[in-house]
Amino acid sequence: MSIDLKTVKHISKLARISIDDEKANKLKGDLNNIFEFIEKLNELNTDNVQALTSIAETTLRFRKDEIKSENIREKILKNSPEENKDFFVVPKVVE
Amino acid sequence: MSDITSQSLFELTSNIREKKLSSEEITKAFVNRAEKSKKLNVYVTDNFERAIDQSKKFDSNPNLNFKLPGIPIAVKDLFCTNGVRTTAGSKILNNFVPTYESTVTQNLWSQGAILLGKLNCDEFAMGSSNETSFFGNVQNPVGENLVPGGSSGGSSAAVAANLTPVTIGTDTGGSIRQPASFTGTVGLKPTYGSCSRYGIVAFASSLDQAGPMTKNVRDCSMLLEVISSFDQKDSTSIDYKRNNYSKELSKDIKGKKIGIPKEYRVDNMPDEIEQLWKNGISYAKDCGAEIIDISLPHTNYALPTYYIVAPAEASSNLARYDGVKYGFRSPGQNLIEMYEKTRSEGFGDEVKRRIMIGTYVLSSGYYDAYYLKAQKVRQLIKKDFDDAFSKVDAILTPSTPSSAFKIGEKTNDPVSMYLNDIFTVPINLAGLPGISIPAGKDKNNYPLGLQVIGKPFDEQNILNISYALEDKINFKNDISDWWLSE
Repeated sequence: MSIDLKTVKHISKLARISIDDEKANKLKGDLNNIFEFIEKLNELNTDNVQALTSIAETTLRFRKDEIKSENIREKILKNSPEENKDFFVVPKVVE
Repeated sequence: MSDITSQSLFELTSNIREKKLSSEEITKAFVNRAEKSKKLNVYVTDNFERAIDQSKKFDSNPNLNFKLPGIPIAVKDLFCTNGVRTTAGSKILNNFVPTYESTVTQNLWSQGAILLGKLNCDEFAMGSSNETSFFGNVQNPVGENLVPGGSSGGSSAAVAANLTPVTIGTDTGGSIRQPASFTGTVGLKPTYGSCSRYGIVAFASSLDQAGPMTKNVRDCSMLLEVISSFDQKDSTSIDYKRNNYSKELSKDIKGKKIGIPKEYRVDNMPDEIEQLWKNGISYAKDCGAEIIDISLPHTNYALPTYYIVAPAEASSNLARYDGVKYGFRSPGQNLIEMYEKTRSEGFGDEVKRRIMIGTYVLSSGYYDAYYLKAQKVRQLIKKDFDDAFSKVDAILTPSTPSSAFKIGEKTNDPVSMYLNDIFTVPINLAGLPGISIPAGKDKNNYPLGLQVIGKPFDEQNILNISYALEDKINFKNDISDWWLSE
């Protein structure tokens, strides 16, 4: 199976990364090389194998749902690229 | 007394406790050496002024019961440090100053250590040569224009060049052990769940682990003892009784069963590595260990599995970098355009490549063929180790299929770069502890490492085996300080 330019552009759309045609062509080559390497897994029959979903064989712990930090608005906004008082600013979404 | 910066962590802590050295003297010695070592490019951000202030503060009222009393330590720039810029080697986090501290670094400061600065690494820890960093490549102190390995390349170079007594790195597929091997230093990746992931910039959450990188095995045991802890803030942190690794460190490995997996003899592996491995086996025998041939039949499938699982997790984890709440933002006409431009300009090529792989294998219609398949093969890889560990206590392999390579040599061929991690990746997939120790040199006089792999939570055992082997190997790095400027 090989990945064509249309697929590369589709994935870049899904990943929210804009790429120009030159980059897309380069990526197409890289991705095809990598997937050729990955296809090796098809040699294995895994019909009766259970997928490994967690390497740590423990069940996730529950904790009490309680507030542990208060008044952290300033901390949260500290690194925002653009702010306006108590909000993050983004381009207009609703017309 | 030998030069301060060449002393081990063990020597430095002893000298502080015996009042032969002050924290200020030690801190200043490392700062001075760093000022003359800019050519190596190990630092992304230094914390020198604050470190010296803190060392004076320590000396004014020293608590000598701490495990790292007044010891200055630089850490990989993947650990969030409160008030000190944390970039993960990426343009997208170029201006990010965390307002919280990672648990692992907090454990260092709680035992008296002082932050020296943040060390260069591959962007988001994705790379095996430190060449994907937005802040430029790092020079390996072993030789000019040689990569220090990656992704913890700034860390390995800093330890080898005596720019920090010890450091901590992170390891997702070999990012501690491979650079340790390339620089003649010791690096340990703990069992998954041993060290908290809280506050570490996430790459692949089911594989990432923090671990110590040091000059020798004893220092490694001392540092692991400090950083390994149960943490409520990491849902996959495991609550178990951790050893006093440095206290229980012992060269007595008599009767230990050590497995030698035949699948780790790969094509085109240099003779020197084969020889090094044989030497390691005979040293282990000399120490009274029993050598047992074993098989890990799915070894060849580990890298392809990793290159599905890790990018899939990365594409999810890195979705957060959208230019909205923190980090770099590139303006756009609308929200979607802002996302797309921010991510296009903010991420480097390797990171984009991996996000694309991950997005593809998780996308509709391909999930079963790739991601589910990889999770099944991961089960088989884990079972290989489970079977092997029913017969042996530890496994001995080479750390890498080659020594350090030249800067630029593999940047145009992602797959050949990925092959660097062939011996280290299976250990992450199975969640096991593994350590790389320097074991010899190749014909160019570049260091080569051996890897000891253990059962889950059996760090003490692999430390002890490494401690015994280290003594027999008696490795000397003889680095010439070629990079120093006046």
